[in-house]
Amino acid sequence: MIPAAFDYVSPDSLAGALEALGSDADEIKVMAGGQSLIPVLKLRLAAPTLIVDLGRIPGLSGVTDEGDAIVIGAMTTHDEVATDALVTEHAALLAKAAQTVADPQVRHRGTLGGALVHADPAGDLPAPILALEAEMVIVGPAGERTVSAADFFEDMFTTSVGPDEILTQIRVPKHSGWGAHYEKFTRVAQQWSIVAVAATVKTEAGTITDAKVALTNMGSTAVRARAVEAALIGQPANPDAVRSAAAQAADGTTPPTDPNGDADYRRHLAAVLTGRAVLTAVGT
Amino acid sequence: MARINMVVDGVSYSDDVEPRTLLVQYLREDVGKTGTVVGCDTSNCGACTVLLDGVSVKSCTLLAVQADGHEVTTIEGLSSSDGGLHPMQQAFHDNHALQCGYCTPGMIMQSIDVLNSNPSPSEHEVRDGLEGNLCRCTGYQNIVKAVMSVSKGGAA
Amino acid sequence: MTTTEERPAAEIGAPRRRKEDQRLITGRTRWTDNITLPGMLHLTMVRSPVAHGKIASIDTEAAKAAPGVIAVITGADIADEQGSLPCAWPITPDQKAPPHPAVAVDTVNFAGEIVACIVARSPAEARDAVELVDVDYDDLPVVLDMAAAAQGGELTHPDLGTNVSATWVYDSAEAGTGSDVEAAISSSDIVVERTYRQQRLIPAFMEPRSVVCDPTGEQTTLWSATQIPHILRLMLALTCGISESKVRVIAPDVGGGFGGKLQVTPEEVITLVVARRLGRPCKYTETRSESIMAAHHGRDQIQKLTLSARRDGTVTGLKVELLADMGAYLGLVSPGIPILGAFMYNSIYKFPAYRFVCTNVFTNKNWTDAYRGAGRPEATYAIERIMDELAVEVGVDPMEIRERNWIKHEEFPFSTVAGLEYDTGNYEAATARAKELFGYDALRAEQEQRRQSNDPVQLGIGISTFTEMCGLAPSRVLGALSYAAGGWEHASVRMLPSGKVEVVTGTSPHGQGHETAWGQITADRLGVPFDDIEVLHGDTQISHKGLDSYGSRSLTVGGMALVAAADKVIEKARPIAAHMLEASVDDLEFTAGRFNVRGTDSSLGIGDIALAVFAAHDLPFGVEPSIDAEATFDPANFSFPHGTHLCAIEVDTDTGAAKIRNYTCVDDIGNVINPLIVEGQVHGGLVQGIAQALFEEAVYDDSGTLVTGSFVDYLVPSAADLLNFTTDRTESPSTTNALGVKGVGEAGTIASTPAVVNAVVDALRPLGINDIEMPCSPYRIWTAIQAASSGAKTPTDNPTVDEPAQPTHNAATSEAMTTETSGDNAIDTEGGRA
Repeated sequence: MIPAAFDYVSPDSLAGALEALGSDADEIKVMAGGQSLIPVLKLRLAAPTLIVDLGRIPGLSGVTDEGDAIVIGAMTTHDEVATDALVTEHAALLAKAAQTVADPQVRHRGTLGGALVHADPAGDLPAPILALEAEMVIVGPAGERTVSAADFFEDMFTTSVGPDEILTQIRVPKHSGWGAHYEKFTRVAQQWSIVAVAATVKTEAGTITDAKVALTNMGSTAVRARAVEAALIGQPANPDAVRSAAAQAADGTTPPTDPNGDADYRRHLAAVLTGRAVLTAVGT
Repeated sequence: MARINMVVDGVSYSDDVEPRTLLVQYLREDVGKTGTVVGCDTSNCGACTVLLDGVSVKSCTLLAVQADGHEVTTIEGLSSSDGGLHPMQQAFHDNHALQCGYCTPGMIMQSIDVLNSNPSPSEHEVRDGLEGNLCRCTGYQNIVKAVMSVSKGGAA
Repeated sequence: MTTTEERPAAEIGAPRRRKEDQRLITGRTRWTDNITLPGMLHLTMVRSPVAHGKIASIDTEAAKAAPGVIAVITGADIADEQGSLPCAWPITPDQKAPPHPAVAVDTVNFAGEIVACIVARSPAEARDAVELVDVDYDDLPVVLDMAAAAQGGELTHPDLGTNVSATWVYDSAEAGTGSDVEAAISSSDIVVERTYRQQRLIPAFMEPRSVVCDPTGEQTTLWSATQIPHILRLMLALTCGISESKVRVIAPDVGGGFGGKLQVTPEEVITLVVARRLGRPCKYTETRSESIMAAHHGRDQIQKLTLSARRDGTVTGLKVELLADMGAYLGLVSPGIPILGAFMYNSIYKFPAYRFVCTNVFTNKNWTDAYRGAGRPEATYAIERIMDELAVEVGVDPMEIRERNWIKHEEFPFSTVAGLEYDTGNYEAATARAKELFGYDALRAEQEQRRQSNDPVQLGIGISTFTEMCGLAPSRVLGALSYAAGGWEHASVRMLPSGKVEVVTGTSPHGQGHETAWGQITADRLGVPFDDIEVLHGDTQISHKGLDSYGSRSLTVGGMALVAAADKVIEKARPIAAHMLEASVDDLEFTAGRFNVRGTDSSLGIGDIALAVFAAHDLPFGVEPSIDAEATFDPANFSFPHGTHLCAIEVDTDTGAAKIRNYTCVDDIGNVINPLIVEGQVHGGLVQGIAQALFEEAVYDDSGTLVTGSFVDYLVPSAADLLNFTTDRTESPSTTNALGVKGVGEAGTIASTPAVVNAVVDALRPLGINDIEMPCSPYRIWTAIQAASSGAKTPTDNPTVDEPAQPTHNAATSEAMTTETSGDNAIDTEGGRA
C-alpha cells in the first residue's frame, strides 16, 4: 500500500519535463494521471527513483479541431474524452471506449496519453486509437516526431516512446458520420476486458462502404481485424452479412489464456463480439 | 519532503510530506480525516473516494503532492455548518443504505458525484456510476434507492 | 401474525432508522486503524512467497539497520511466547492438528504465512524494511489437491503421517433417527449420484483487519477488527500464557466480518506479544492483498451425494460423502464448519434414511474457516441441486418434486433424520407467495417458447426451497459436537437514576444494527422511550461476558438474554414499586413502563423506581438498592428460518454469459424486530450467495501461489453487476423463544447460490448439460455448451434413465471421490445428535 520512496518533480513546462527525463536518476517514470502507475507503485511492482509528473504543464489537455483531424492533448482525461463534443462527433468510437475505462473516479484522473503509453493489452484505448488510425505526437530532446498508431504499440506495455520522450498529442482523423461501438466483455463491470472489440463503420444506403475494427486483449498489443474489415466493405449492413464477416475476427491473433478463458474461447468471443460491435455501430 | 498546500473540508493546510505519501494517507494521518478509509490496495473498492475540486477521485490513487493547490472534500466536510446532514447522508440513513458503514464514506461521495454529473439518472445509470465502489453488506439495493431518492424526480 | 408478546409492541416490528448510522454517514467512526496512541509503533509482516518449505535461514540484519526500525522478530525469537493458535473444535478425539505458530518457526505451509515481523516508528519505514529481510527456503513438495491428498502421497505435514485431519460420521441408523441408508439405496427405484464442488471463497469484509495493542496499563488493551472480542480475550490469554484478567479486548466499529473475523489471528497474537515485549503500543493493519492471501478463506469442499427415491419421486435415502479442505492449519472453528452442514443436507425433505461422512484434509493453502452460512450453504447447495436432478429423473417440474417431499405445515414440530427438531415452518405458504411474486408460470411459458425457437438467449428458472439452523447454539448440543465452549449469551440492563437505560450485550455487532434492534426490544419490554436507551458492546471491560456474533445467533440468543435481563429488572422493581405505592405486590401490573395498582389510578414509572433506588432512602427492609439485572440465556433449540427463492436467468449461448433477470424470495424468519434491518440482511446475503454462484473463486496455481490475489482478480460484484430483488416474508414465529424470532443473517447467502446455479443449469438442460461448476463463468458455460454440442461425453453428461425398478447410478462427474479412507477414523456419532 505504501510505495517505495522516490524523488518527485512536477515541471511547469514541457522543456522542464524533458530536462528532468534527462537527469541521471536510476529509474525514471513519467506520470500522467497516475491511475495505472500509482497502483503499481503501491504494490511495489515498480520502484522508480524519480517521478516526473506532467500534471502541471499547461497545454497538454483538451481537444481542438484541426480540419481533417481532431487533436487531443495527451493529458486529457478519459472522462473528458468520453464527453467531449468534438470527440463524440468526429471520433465516436474513442468516446465510447473511454466511457468504459475502469470506473468514474479513475476516468476523472486517468488520461488518454497515459493509458496509451502504458499499453496494457487489456486496456480499452489502444484498440480504438488503432482502428481510427490516429497519429501520436511525441516530443523528445531532438524535437517532435509523429508515429502512426500502427507503429506506436510495439509489445505488451511497450510503445515507441523513448525513455527521454513524452507523448503530447493524439491526432485522430475525423470519422464524422461513421457509426461506432466498443463492445466490451467482462464478468464484472470493473474488470479488465476479457476481450473487447472497437468497430467504426461507414454506411451508405444500407451498404457498408468502409469499416475499421480493432481488438482488445487478443495478443500482446491491440490488433486490427483487417480480414473482417475487408470482408465487410461492400456488404449490406444486415446481421447475416456482418456475422459472416465477423467470423474472421480472430485470424492471426495470439490471445492469452487465464482463468477467464483460454485462447480458443477468446477467439470465439472475438468473432461474436465483432459481429455485435459492427451491428451496433451500423445501428442494426 | 515536499511542501504542499491544500484546502480540506474548507480549512487550509500546509504540510511537508514525502512525495510517496498517498492523498488518503495524508488525509488520515496528517490532517486527521479518518472518516476517509482504505479498503484495498488496487484502486478497486472506492472506500477512499473524496471530491477533488468537486470531482470524485480515489484518494488512494493520488499522491498528496498531486493535490497540492487543490481543494478536497471528504465525508467529514459534507455537513452544513449547523451540523445538518447533506441530503445524500440523510438519504443513506433513511433508506438503510449502510450496514457496517465501512464503504459508506466513499459510497456517499461517489453518489454525490453521480448526481453532480447527471441529476436525473436512471436506476441503471446509478448502478453504473457506482461501479468503482464495493460494498459487502447491503447488496446495493438500498444504496441505489437512496441515490434515486435525492435525484431530480426522485422519491424524496 | 401470532405473537408471544403480551403487550402491544410499539417498537418491535417498526422500521426504525438505525442509530448506528449517524457516526457512520458522517465519518466520525472508530475503526481500529483510526486509533493512534502516544509512542505507538507500526508493524508489518514478512510473508512467505512459497507454499511449502523449510526455512533454511533468515537474515534480518539489513532490516534491523534500516531507518526507523526498532525490532525485527522471527518465529525463533518468540517461539516460547507465541504459543500455538487455538482450534476450539476438535471434532473427533483423534483429530490430527499441526502446531500453529503465529510466526513460522521451522517450516512454512502456505504462501502468505508470516515468517518475520518488522517493528518501526512509521508505517512507511516498517513497509520499507520488509524488502530487506532475506529468507532462504528449501522447497518441500506442495500439496494442493484435496482429493489426491486424502489418498495419501506427499504430505502437507509429514510429522502427522497423513493428510487426513479427521473423519466425522453421522448415520441415522446408528443414531436412531432413521433407517439404514445403504439398504434404502439398494432397494430404491431411482438412485441419483452427483458430485458438486464448493469453490474456495474469500470473505472479503470491507474493513481490512487491524489490531492495536497498548501494553502500558495494568491490563493490556487490545483493539481489534474482530467479531469475537470475548472469545478473543480468553484465547489470547490461553495462547500467550497471560492471565485473562490482565487482558482487555475492544472491538470498536468493525467493518463487516461474515465469519472472516471469527478468528484468533496470527497478527493479533504477534501484535500482543511484540507490544508486551517492547512495552510500547503497537499497531498492525493489513493491506487488502495480505487480507486476501492470509485472512482465512471459506468453503472449499467436494460433495458427493447419493440420493435414492421411489419411482414417484418420494425420497428414500441420502448419503453424503464430503471432503473438506482445511488448508494448512486448523483455525478457530475450521474442523466444525463442514459438520454444521451435516444436519442440513436433508433440509426440508422427509428422508427416512441418512448418512453423512466428512473427511477433513490438509493442503498447502491458506486455512479455511467460517464464512457466512458456514456449512449450511454447502448443504443447501448440494441438496437443492440434486433435487433438481431427481425431478429430471422422475420427469416432473422441480417445484413438484419438492412439494412431494417437503414437511407439510401441519406436520410441525418435526423430528428430522439428522436428529433436529424443527419447531415451525410453512413451506407451502412461502412457496405460494414466491411463485406469485415471481410469475413462475409465465416464465416457464417464456422458457418453453425460447427453447422451441432455439433462441440464442435461453431462459433458466432456478428454485431453492431452503431451511437452515440458526441461533448457535444450545450448549448441550455444542458439547455433544465436541465444541470447546457453550452457546449461551449474556445481557445486562442498567437502570440509570435519570431514567435512562444502558443495555450491555455480549453480542458483538459489526454492521448488523444491534444498537437499534436491542433498543427496540428494550423499549418495548421496559416501556421506556427508544431514544433513552444506549446499547453497549464490544469491550470486555464494559461487556464482561459474552460469546459474540456469528451463525445468525445474536437475536435468537443474545436478544433473548436481553429479554430475560429486562424481565428481571421488572421483577426486581416490583416489590419496590409495591412499597412505594403502598400496595400489595399481587395487585401490581406492569404495562408500558409503569406499575399500576389494579383498579386504581395509582401508578409509578420504572424510571421513578430507578431514581428511588439510586437514593435508597426508603426501600423495603432487606431489598438491595438496585434494579439492575443481568441474564445468561442458553437456547433450548436452534431456530429454523426457511424460504423459497426463485431465480430467472438469461444465458447467452453465444458467449456463455449468464445474467440474472429476476430474483424473488420469500423468507420466513419468524417474528421481525426491524423489517428495515431484515430486508438489508436479505439483500446483502443474496449478493454474497449470488457471487459464489457466478463470480467469486480463490484460485491457486500449481505452485500454491494465490492467483486471485487482489480485487482485480477476485471478483466481488459491484452495483453495476446486480439488480433489484423482490423480497417478501411469511411469518411462522419460532416457538422455541419468547420473541418468536429465527435469525436472518445468513438466509440470503444460504438460499441464493443453488437458486442461481439451478437456473443456469435449467437454461442449458435441453443441450444435455446437467452441471456447471461454480462460479458459473461465461467461459465454463460456453465450454460446457461446446462439449455438449460436439456430442462428446463430458463430465456433465447425463446418462439416460434406466429400466424401472432398477437402480440408476448416475455418476455425474469423473471427479471420483474415494471415501474408503474414512473408515479408519470413523467414530460413533451419538455426539452428532442434536
